[in-house]
Amino acid sequence: MKKIVGYRRPHPGTQPAYNYPPYRSTQKRCPTQPLVLPPQTLSEITGPIFGHGDVKPTDHDLTRQHKGDPIGERIVVTGRVLDENGRSVPNTLIEVWQANSSGRYPHRTDQHNAPIDPNFSGAGRTVTDAEGRYRFITIRPGEYPWRNHFNAWRPAHIHFSLFGQAFLTRMVTQMYFPGDPLLPYDPMFTCIENEAARNRLVSVFDWESTIPEQALGYRFDIVLRGREETPMEKMP
Amino acid sequence: MSLFASGNQTVGPYLHIGLEWLTTRDIAGKGIKGERVAIAGRLLDGDGNGVNDGLIEIWQANAEGKYAHPEDPQKKPLEKGWRGFGRIPTDAKGGFRFSTIKPGRVPGPGGVLQAPHLVVTVFMRGMLKHLMTRIYFADEPGANAEDPVLKLVPAPRRATLIPKKKGRTLEWNVILQGKNETVFFDY
Repeated sequence: MKKIVGYRRPHPGTQPAYNYPPYRSTQKRCPTQPLVLPPQTLSEITGPIFGHGDVKPTDHDLTRQHKGDPIGERIVVTGRVLDENGRSVPNTLIEVWQANSSGRYPHRTDQHNAPIDPNFSGAGRTVTDAEGRYRFITIRPGEYPWRNHFNAWRPAHIHFSLFGQAFLTRMVTQMYFPGDPLLPYDPMFTCIENEAARNRLVSVFDWESTIPEQALGYRFDIVLRGREETPMEKMP
Repeated sequence: MSLFASGNQTVGPYLHIGLEWLTTRDIAGKGIKGERVAIAGRLLDGDGNGVNDGLIEIWQANAEGKYAHPEDPQKKPLEKGWRGFGRIPTDAKGGFRFSTIKPGRVPGPGGVLQAPHLVVTVFMRGMLKHLMTRIYFADEPGANAEDPVLKLVPAPRRATLIPKKKGRTLEWNVILQGKNETVFFDY
């Protein structure tokens, strides 16, 4: 069997630690023993393959999942999924979930006294195209309080879950909105030490994907782990 | 070009909204060859309480030791309908249960075969980046002894990766902290 071409280790400061005291819940949920660092094997450089057959063509439009229109500001979220070598990650599954425009999730454990929107479930999925591009239509999520610390509020965000081409590229992240005043107070956001890496989680307003008289566009590019070495035949 | 990967973030307490659609109770459907196993356990926090807002994902080879992935170069049969992926959210008490087939041995570093194993990722509220671990099998003492990954785990902690037989189920708990803390890997 030929040598495994592994995935890069994270650049220091660009990934959160398991133990991050400002996010209180990490205290009882982080490992206390050192993690074991094994070599990457065939088991980790492979991973589940999802395709266009796994999602319905309408799954990417969160505003069309019920009889009526959801309340709130319609937005378009587009972007590219890349790897650390700058290459597109085509045909990869993206799952998203988010609060409604009043900051409420239709979930049994969400007790926030903001209204549930019967026309908004807040879940979507899509598969990237051959160039790694994706597009969701949704409504802008609301901010909401949580009990991490006194007067704690989550900035508006959309959860993103991605697989990439290996189990090692699996990632769950969150997309934020530009200029959100809550960001500096949010331990989810501040848990990433490197400023540039932190700002990578903030989408940008995108005039070109904005639909005239319909919806503002936001661009959110996502970078997954890339290969350690570049197989020559794939060089451009 | 050298970018750095986007930062991981927690799935938060409402993970089910986005992720539950892909819940897999049986990783090996009808017609998939192999020894059937049912694995069940609990995801437990540092106070020993069940984590009710967690999720585990499984990635595994088929009974021949072949992954349903284009980068597996082995010339071994792959059944139609085999993906080898499972997603199991925890219940109100932090419990999870799934069934599958025991995978075959797959190649490891230096041509040494790995012992049959499942790759596991663990997600939950209160965890900013998922954890990775593995499940091995108690009835494979010979293969386990030569497994190149298991060998790197301090001997007293290896048992945390091997479920115990309990009736017809294999019991395996994910213990986040303290005595018998599960071994997690960082690749």
